[in-house]
Amino acid sequence: MKPAVLTGEHFITGDVACAEGALAAGCRFFAGYPITPATEIAEHMAVRLPDVGGTYIQMEDEIASMAAILGASCAGVKSMTATSGPGFSLMMENLGLGICTETPCVVVNVQRAGPSTGLPTLGAQGDMMQARWGSHGHYEIITLAPSSPQDLFYLTITAFDLSEIYRLPVLIMTDEGIGHLSERGICPVASAIKVQTRIKPKGRKDRFKPFLPGPKGIAPMANAGEGYGIHVTGLTHDERGYPVMTAEAQAEMVAHLTNKIRNNLDNIIRTESYRLEDAEFAIVSYGVSTRSSLAAVDEARQQGIKAGLLRLVTVWPFPEELIRELSCKVKAFVTVEINLGQIHLEVQRCAAGRVPAMLVGHAGGTVIPPDHIVEALRNLN
Amino acid sequence: MSKHGSRSEHPLDDLLRTDRIPHIWCPGCGIGTAFSSTLIAMKTSGIDLQKTVMVSGIGCSGRGAGYIKLDSYHTTHGRAIPFATGMKLANPELNVVVFSGDGDLFAIGGNHFIHAARRNVDLTVVCVNNFNYGMTGGQAAATTPCMARTTTTPTGNPEHPFNLPFLAFAAGASYVARWTILHTRDLTKAVEEALLRRGFSFIEVLAPCPTSYGRRNKQKPLDTLKLFQDRTITRHGCSPADVQLDFERGITLGKFIDQERATYMDMYDKTCRPQSSMDRNRAV
Repeated sequence: MKPAVLTGEHFITGDVACAEGALAAGCRFFAGYPITPATEIAEHMAVRLPDVGGTYIQMEDEIASMAAILGASCAGVKSMTATSGPGFSLMMENLGLGICTETPCVVVNVQRAGPSTGLPTLGAQGDMMQARWGSHGHYEIITLAPSSPQDLFYLTITAFDLSEIYRLPVLIMTDEGIGHLSERGICPVASAIKVQTRIKPKGRKDRFKPFLPGPKGIAPMANAGEGYGIHVTGLTHDERGYPVMTAEAQAEMVAHLTNKIRNNLDNIIRTESYRLEDAEFAIVSYGVSTRSSLAAVDEARQQGIKAGLLRLVTVWPFPEELIRELSCKVKAFVTVEINLGQIHLEVQRCAAGRVPAMLVGHAGGTVIPPDHIVEALRNLN
Repeated sequence: MSKHGSRSEHPLDDLLRTDRIPHIWCPGCGIGTAFSSTLIAMKTSGIDLQKTVMVSGIGCSGRGAGYIKLDSYHTTHGRAIPFATGMKLANPELNVVVFSGDGDLFAIGGNHFIHAARRNVDLTVVCVNNFNYGMTGGQAAATTPCMARTTTTPTGNPEHPFNLPFLAFAAGASYVARWTILHTRDLTKAVEEALLRRGFSFIEVLAPCPTSYGRRNKQKPLDTLKLFQDRTITRHGCSPADVQLDFERGITLGKFIDQERATYMDMYDKTCRPQSSMDRNRAV
C-alpha cells in the first residue's frame, strides 16, 4: 500500500490539499458526483483511495452521494463527499438524516456563485446561510472555512475530528478561489497527526442503547455488523433509537442534538485575530475573503486607521460571545464576504446596535479587492 | 412477553423487536407476510445474522427496518439503496438487505435502483408492491395499474406502470423474481436464493393494500388474494420483457433471472486496487 500521508513539501491546489487532508484523517470512503469547482477532490480521491485500502464510488447524483457516505460511516468507515452549490442543495435532506441519526462524516462545499447554475467556474461565499439552515427542522451544525490550501489540509483533518467527537456531519465551506489556488503546502509526518475516532460502546451488547448520551453528552456509536443489533431512524426517536411520535420526545431529541454543540462552544469555535488588540475597527471575515482583509488591515494601518481582523475559522456555531465582547471595544464592524450579507447579519445581530456593522461584499464571481475594504474603513473613520 | 395480553410465542421472536409490537400495518395488509418470509429466509439461508443489516426507506414497507432485531437503518424517502450501497462498499462483509415499498424504490428512488443494478452492487432488494402509496392514504404510484382509482386519480390512472422485473433485468440485476404474499414458500425460497446470490438481487412481492388501494378498486381484502390465486401463472425463466401484471389477463410469477456476474467490488478490486493494498477500509 502507498502511504496515506504524503509527507513533504508540495505545490498543491486547495482541492487536492482537501483530499490529502481527508486521507491523513483516516477517510477511506468517498462518494461523489462531478461538479465544478469541486471535481478535483473526487478525481484525487479516485486515484488515491484504492492505493490506501479505501473505496471511491461515483454515484448517480449528490443525493445518492450523501446517502452513501452516511451508510459507509454507519458501517464504521470515515467518509466524505465534496460538491458545490447545486449539489449542496441536493444533499440537504440527507444532511438532515446525518444530523438526526448522529452519523459522523464530512461534506465539502467548494462554493461558486449562485443562485441556480450561476457562475460554475467563479467563486462566491453565498451558501453560508444554507450551511446553517439548509436542511429542514431545527439543529446545530459545525462549519469550517479554510483560507489557503495548507489550511484546507489541516481543517479537513479537524472536520473529521469534530464529526467523530460530536457525531454529526461537519461542513467545510471553502470556495472556488481556494479550491483552485495553487500554493506551497506541507504534509507532516504521519506520526505527527493525531486523529480522533468515535467513542465505542462498552458493556453488554443486548442492553446497549444507541442514543443514550455518555458522560460528555455524546452517545457511544456502534457500527453495523458489530453485534449490537441497533435500530437507527430519521424519525424522532428515544435513546433506544425507537420512533416516538410525541412533542415530548421531539423536544428531548432536538435538545440533545443542539445541546451537544451549544454546551461545547469553547471546544468547537476557532478564530484567529490580527492586529485586533488596539483596533477601533474590527473586520470580520472568513475563507478566501480573509486574505483580502489581511491586506486591507495593513493598508489601513499605514493610512492611520486602527483596523484589525477577526477571522472565523469556524463560522458555525457562530462566535456570538466574542462579537458581543468586541462590540464593547470597537467603534464599528466591517464584515467582508462574497455575498450580499449573510454572516454580516449575524455580526449585526450580536453587535445589537451598540456599534455600526457594515458589509463589504458583492454577489460573487471574483474576490473582494482590499481597496474596497480600506475605502469602507476610511468612510467609517 | 408482550404487554398486549397473552400473546403466544412466535417462531420469529428472536428476530423481532417484540417491544415494538403491535406494528403499524393494517388488517389485511400484505407487508407482514413479505416481512416474515424475508426473516425466515434470513434464518434458513445460514448467513451470519450478526453481519446482516436491513435498510429501509420511507413508507409502510419502509417500517420493516424498525421491527427486525438486527442492525437496521430507516433512512430517507427513496434513498435506502444509495445508503445501503455505501454500507456494503465500506464493509463488504455485511449482508445488506433493502426492504422497502414500490413508491419508495421506484418513484422517488427509481434512479438509485437502476444504477445499483447496473453496478451490480451486492445487495438484496425486496420490494413490496401494493400498487399505491399506502402510508399517505392511497395516492397513485409508478406501479399503479392503468385506469385504477386512487385518491389522486379519482377517475382512473391515465399512466402506465413500470414492469419492475423487466426494469431490473434491463438495468443489470443478477437475480430477478416476482411472487405474491400468497406464495409464501416460493417467496421465502426466493429471498433465500437472493441472499446467497452474489450481486444485485431483486424480488418484487405483490401485496394487497385493502385500506388504501383495494377499497377504491372493488377488491375486498380476500378478493386481492383470490386474484393472486386465480390470475397468476408461474413461468420460471420467462423473459422479463414478457412478464405480465394485469388483474384481468394474468400475472406472471417466478424466477426470471439468476446469473452470476462480477459485482461492483469484484470489478473495483480487479481494476482499481493494486494487489498490494487488498487490506481495504479500516473501520473506526
